[in-house]
Amino acid sequence: MTEAAAAAPLLAVEDLKVHFPVRSGVFQNRVGAVKAVDGVSFEIARGETLSLVGESGCGKSTTGLALMGLVKPTGGRVSFDGQEIRSFDHRALKRYRRRMQIVFQDPFSSLNPRRRVRDAIRVALDIHGVGNARERDAEVAALMQRVGLRPDQADNFPHQFSGGQRQRIGIARALALKPDIIVCDEPVSALDVSVQAQILNLLADLQRDLGVAYLFISHDLGVVEHISNRVAVMYLGKIVEIAAKAAIFAAPTHPYTEKLMRSAPTLDPRQRHSFSATTDELPSAINKPTGCPFHTRCPLATDICTAVEPPLSPRADGRLVACHHR
Amino acid sequence: MAAEQHSDSPPVIAVSDLTVEIRSDRGSYPVVADMALAVRPGETLCIVGESGCGKSMTALSLLRLLPEAARVTRGEILIDGEDLLAMNEHRVEDLRGERIAMIFQEPLTALNPVLTIGEQIAESVRQHRKVGHRAAMQRTLETLQLVQMPDAARRARQFPHELSGGMRQRAMIALALACDPRILVADEPTTALDVTIQAQILGLIEDLQQRLGTALILITHDLGVVAEVADRVVVMYAGRRVEEASVYELFDHPIHPYTLGLMGAIPRSVPGRSAAERLTDIAGTVPPPWDLPVGCAFAPRCPGASARCFAERPPFEEKRPGHFAACWEHVHD
Repeated sequence: MTEAAAAAPLLAVEDLKVHFPVRSGVFQNRVGAVKAVDGVSFEIARGETLSLVGESGCGKSTTGLALMGLVKPTGGRVSFDGQEIRSFDHRALKRYRRRMQIVFQDPFSSLNPRRRVRDAIRVALDIHGVGNARERDAEVAALMQRVGLRPDQADNFPHQFSGGQRQRIGIARALALKPDIIVCDEPVSALDVSVQAQILNLLADLQRDLGVAYLFISHDLGVVEHISNRVAVMYLGKIVEIAAKAAIFAAPTHPYTEKLMRSAPTLDPRQRHSFSATTDELPSAINKPTGCPFHTRCPLATDICTAVEPPLSPRADGRLVACHHR
Repeated sequence: MAAEQHSDSPPVIAVSDLTVEIRSDRGSYPVVADMALAVRPGETLCIVGESGCGKSMTALSLLRLLPEAARVTRGEILIDGEDLLAMNEHRVEDLRGERIAMIFQEPLTALNPVLTIGEQIAESVRQHRKVGHRAAMQRTLETLQLVQMPDAARRARQFPHELSGGMRQRAMIALALACDPRILVADEPTTALDVTIQAQILGLIEDLQQRLGTALILITHDLGVVAEVADRVVVMYAGRRVEEASVYELFDHPIHPYTLGLMGAIPRSVPGRSAAERLTDIAGTVPPPWDLPVGCAFAPRCPGASARCFAERPPFEEKRPGHFAACWEHVHD
C-alpha cells in the first residue's frame, strides 16, 4: 500500500448527485427532475460505522444504491482506498463490488424463493471465481456458522426461515467476498424488536472481528444511536448535519436534527413530550424549496434562508452543519 | 392522559375470558386465549407485543371484524354493558362508528380509493345520524377541522391517493371520530409514518381524547409509543397476557422476563445503559400458534425458566398492587 492510500479514507464520496427526470405529456418530455440525492459528501474510515438518517424521501437509500452502482449517479466522485471509481460500468463495478456489499431491508423479497440458501450465499463466490467447488461449499458452511445459522440448513429454501434468520442469510451473502464495507439499508426495520437486537449484536460482532465498515441507513434514531460512530442527517437530498455520534445526540445543532430527536418517543413515561398536533408536511422533492430546503418547516427561518442555501460548514467542535443561524 | 379524573366511572368496554381460534388446514388453534381488558372513558390502554402475539386479532374482535377463518370461541365483550357477541349483525353495524371505531395502520388500504375523503366521512355520518346531505357535509367539515386537516374544505374533495401519509392518517382519524364514538381502537396507527409525522399524530390523538373523553385502546409493538401515551399497559405473548400494569409501574418494575427482554432489546439511550453496550436480545423466535409449548409459552426463550415452567402454564395473577403477571419464577413482593 502506498503512503497516500494508507492515509486516504476507505470510502470518499464527493458531491454525489442522483437526479431522476420527471416526464410528462404525450411525448414524455422532460419537465423537471427529482433531485433525490443533491450534492452529498462524506467519508468512511476502515472499521467505522457512519449512519445516514432521515425520513422517507430524504435520499438516504438512493445514496446507498448509487454507491453500489444499483442506480446510476448523475454527478460527483466516489473514491475507494484513494482510487477514484471513474465509471460505473460493468467491469469497474465488478472489481469494486468485491469490496463493497449491501444488505437490504426486506429479507423476504431480497432472496430468491426458489434458490436454496447454499446457492444464495455461494453465488458471489461463483461469480468471482473464488476457490474450487469444494472450497466454496466449505466457505458457505463457515459463513452460515459465522452469522449464527446452522450449516445443515444450507439446503433449505428461504421460506423455511424466520425473518431474522433470513436477514442472517442476507448478511452471510454480503460477507462472502470479505468486503471492506457493507451498505446496510434499513437492515432491521422489518424485524420485531427482540430479533432486531439479535441482528444489531451480530453486526457489532462482525465489525469487531472482521474490521468491516458500515454505511448504516436508517430512519430509527434509537438504532442509529446504538450502532454508529458518526451520524449524517439528510433532508431532501442533502446532508444538513454530520458529527460524531455522542456530539450529535448530546447537542443536535441543525434545527431539523433537533426536530427529529424531539419527535422520537422516549422510554420514560415521566419524560413525555407534548407533541403538537399541528400539520407540518415535508415538501415535495420535485418542487424543492429555494434556499435552505428546511426553511418551510424551520422555526428559525428568516429572509436569508429562503434566498440563500447555507453551505455545510464546520463548527467549533468539528461537526459540519448547514444552517445560517446555528 | 385523563385517567385519574375518570377512575370512578364504569368501563365503557370490558372484555373477559376472550378466546379467538383460527381454523385452517392445520386444524383449529387459538391465536388469542383468556384475554381480558377494561377501559374507562378518557383512559388509554396500550396492548403491546411482537408480530403474531394476538394483539391485532384482539383489536379486530372488539369490532367483530375478524377475518372469516377466525372466530371467537369463548368470552364476553361488553360495550356499555351490552354483549357484542350476542348482537345481530344489524345491531353491530349500528354500533360501529357510533359507539366504537377503529383506526388502522395503513390508511391507504382502509380508505375507499374511489370515494373522496369527504364522501366517505359523510356516508358514515348519514348512516348513523340519519341526517340529510347538507348536515352530513357540515359535520364532515367540522371533523376534518377537528383533526386539524389543513385546508379542510379542499381536502374533503380529494381522493385518498392525493394525500400524503400523514394527512391520510388524519382523514382516517376524522372518519373514525365523525360520529363521536366513545371507544377508539387504534391498531399501530403511526407505524407506517415518519417519526416527525408520528409525533403529530400522537399529539393529535392525545389532544382529541382529552377533549372528547374517548376511551382509547392502542395496539403497538413500540414501547416508546407506550411510554408516551399509555395509562395502562397489557403485554401479550403468544396470544396471552403475560403482564399488565399502569405505565409507570410497568416501566419502573417490569416483572415478566419477556417484558424485561423487550425493554433490554430496544436500542436507545436508556438512563444507566451506555449506548456501546450489547443489547440483551431474546434468543430464538416466537413459537407458531399451532405449535405452542406446554407450560409457559415463553419458557423456551426464557433465561430463568425452571422445570415447572415447561410443564405447567403459570396463572395470570396480581404480583404487586394493580400489577399482574404470568410467571412461576417471580416471587410476590
